[in-house]
Amino acid sequence: MKKLASRHETYVFIVILIFSIVITAINPTFFSLENMFDLMKSYSLMGTFAIGVLVVLIGGGIDISFTATATITGYTIAVLLLRNGESLNIFSVFLIAGGIGVLLGMINAAIIHFFEIPSIITTIATLNIYYGLLTFFSTGKWLYGFPTWFGDFANLYVFKLTNAKGGSYGFSVITLIWFGFILVGWLMLRYTVLGRSIHAMGGNLASAQRAGFNILRLRLFIYGFMGLMAGFASVIQALLVQTVAPNSLVGKELDVLAAVVLGGASLTGGTGTMIGTLLGVALIAIMSNGLTLMHVPSFWYKVVIGLVILISVGSSAYRRKRTSSQKLIIEMNE
Amino acid sequence: MSESFLTLRNVSKHYAGVTALDKVDFEIFKGEVHCLAGENGSGKSTLIKIISGTVQPDHGAEIEIAGQPQHSYHAINAIHKGIEVIYQDLALFPNLTVAENIALGQFIAEGKKIISWKQIHLIAQKAMERINVKLALEALVGDIPIADQQLVAICRALTRDVGLIIMDEPTASLTKKEVDSLLGVVMDMRQKGISAMFVSHKLNEVLQIADRVSVIRDGKMVGVYEGKSLNDEKLTHLMTGKKVEYTPYIRPTSQQDPILELRNLSRRGLFQDISFTLRPGEILAITGLLGSGRTELALALFGVNKPDSGQILFAANGAGLQPVQINSIQDAVRLGIAYVPEDRLVQGLVMNQSVGKNLIITTLENLLNRFKLLDNQQIQENIQRWVKELSIKIPSVDSPVQTLSGGNQQRVVLAKWIAVNPKVLVLDGPTIGIDVAAKFAIHEIIRSLAEKGLAILLISDEVPEVYNNANRVLIMRKGRIVKEFETAQTNPDEIQETVNLTA
Repeated sequence: MKKLASRHETYVFIVILIFSIVITAINPTFFSLENMFDLMKSYSLMGTFAIGVLVVLIGGGIDISFTATATITGYTIAVLLLRNGESLNIFSVFLIAGGIGVLLGMINAAIIHFFEIPSIITTIATLNIYYGLLTFFSTGKWLYGFPTWFGDFANLYVFKLTNAKGGSYGFSVITLIWFGFILVGWLMLRYTVLGRSIHAMGGNLASAQRAGFNILRLRLFIYGFMGLMAGFASVIQALLVQTVAPNSLVGKELDVLAAVVLGGASLTGGTGTMIGTLLGVALIAIMSNGLTLMHVPSFWYKVVIGLVILISVGSSAYRRKRTSSQKLIIEMNE
Repeated sequence: MSESFLTLRNVSKHYAGVTALDKVDFEIFKGEVHCLAGENGSGKSTLIKIISGTVQPDHGAEIEIAGQPQHSYHAINAIHKGIEVIYQDLALFPNLTVAENIALGQFIAEGKKIISWKQIHLIAQKAMERINVKLALEALVGDIPIADQQLVAICRALTRDVGLIIMDEPTASLTKKEVDSLLGVVMDMRQKGISAMFVSHKLNEVLQIADRVSVIRDGKMVGVYEGKSLNDEKLTHLMTGKKVEYTPYIRPTSQQDPILELRNLSRRGLFQDISFTLRPGEILAITGLLGSGRTELALALFGVNKPDSGQILFAANGAGLQPVQINSIQDAVRLGIAYVPEDRLVQGLVMNQSVGKNLIITTLENLLNRFKLLDNQQIQENIQRWVKELSIKIPSVDSPVQTLSGGNQQRVVLAKWIAVNPKVLVLDGPTIGIDVAAKFAIHEIIRSLAEKGLAILLISDEVPEVYNNANRVLIMRKGRIVKEFETAQTNPDEIQETVNLTA
């Protein structure tokens, strides 16, 4: 119990509960299975990005180029789907998008490692390069009219329910895919030597070097994994809206980063959990959805998000400060 | 006991014209506790690096481990032969648990891919049992005291088949009690046939348990001595080549009116009921164990720990003692109180900035020209003056402070605060972590400052330092002053006993 109370995730969960109660009191539509399933479907995109961002943050880096990566992978699969969509299937689409994403992510890793440029600078640069090149080659054209199988797949449900008006809703296969990524990410971070090495590297790079970790390999992995998640996210985006637009993702980097940080990941590396990230995404989703349902003008959404981040991160920093000064006093009294 | 674990013969190392090691012979027996003593720059670190295989010696050197000559000897060979180095920074992961810090390396070494948390705990448990220590396996390493972190580093080394553990300055940041328990751990290791090698320039504690001590100076091995045959003074002589003795300070008792007086100063949980007076030209020492409240008291005078009750009186501008409020560092500086912190690295200096910039940082306001902009010429003159006055040895005033030796760093901190012309100078552990020669130079500076009329509050846990420099000594325990000595009427042993008694 004491352990639970000291965890950041617990506080995020409490905030989510409070928001949910307030929103439901104002607009009961919020607390319906239909709304929940809808949210879980549409936030699969942000949630998939967030898994990659979490891994990079734990490893002591940062990546904000992932939306540009996803734009490139999304555009590539869109072109392929339009040219010979019938010879592709959902697996090959994920494979192609993921593969290109890994490649682009590893370019980031290589630049960061060999030129020793801080990851934030590197990825700001590659964000602009990737995005600029894509805008040039795509001439900003929107792509749509994908094969019917691609549209049909997006409407698959694990189970279906019917609402009062006779419409159907359910647990989308897209949500299932996202949950699958979460599970794999969680297992990797918690139960593999690779995952623990990533934690170690993010906690103390110098120690990791001295302990003989292969830093280049770890970096290639974390940025490559970020690229993989970006690629997968671009497929999810294409499934969700059945359109690929060059400008629909870039600009959302900081929202994703905010969700992950809200979930307790530290920008200085080494800390962060999958459950926290899931809660962070959930909090952002609920706030955004709730403010809409409460008919609050959308610009307030940004203000509220900003406040929640400040309060959340601020309060956990304060708690840490307090425990460390308590520790000092205890040591002195001994 | 006399079976050799590691033998080095004729080891030399030249770096671009500089001789770091010159035909050094060195030997460690199985199950021996061995000290390598030397001042900074004596070649200690180069020797450790050669033993750990990270640096290769010049041609002609011979390295033998357990009787086998090593021909190509690199870091990986050293690890396979059971040689582990625990550096001063410990190389731990603060965000991981104790158990994981101990055991993760073994998983990687064995090429495993999947983590078993049960296995991790088992490995950690076993390593801790070998040296009879108990640590909370689930605690994050960043949350436990330095002393425990050191034990974690030792346990980590013990997860491998280790024959020799080398510890670089292991006692630098530990309290007396913690040093004792570390030494206990080392004795346990000796029982199991594991050799330990301490590397240090301050050997008081370690001397007590060392079987043998190798002393190195200017890249040459001075000799190997029985631990029992050495004392602090003799070792200092061997390390420096100079006969440096504590020259007792002829202490002119100050007859001037007090400049500072504390009356029943208290702050809950930190210090209680502290009263004393301090006169210009006087050196008043406060000693006591770590955590006795000495630093916390000093910080109260510097506006950091505001007292709950009691009074601080200060004689400003030649007037008599007046009650004053010190609510901030700015207040303290305005009154003329300067504080040189214990942890000079973190609190006193901007490490990556130049020596010059660090020197003038406290006096920027006096260095403005008529447009209220910084006057570069005045700045340069000021910097040169302090570098000369405190004989700080630097290649250039533009070199970053972090490239300086400990002694020179401490001089920069001193200069920085003396530059504001303080009336009261609070020195907290002024010679911690610096070598013997630099220590004496700093004592000289402190004495000459007192002779110039500065009132000095010297906080230190080294009794010889306190005895030989102060007029009076206050001993603190658990936040209270328990005893006061006139140094002229006591001796170091009596002070030491009183300090230990209060443990």
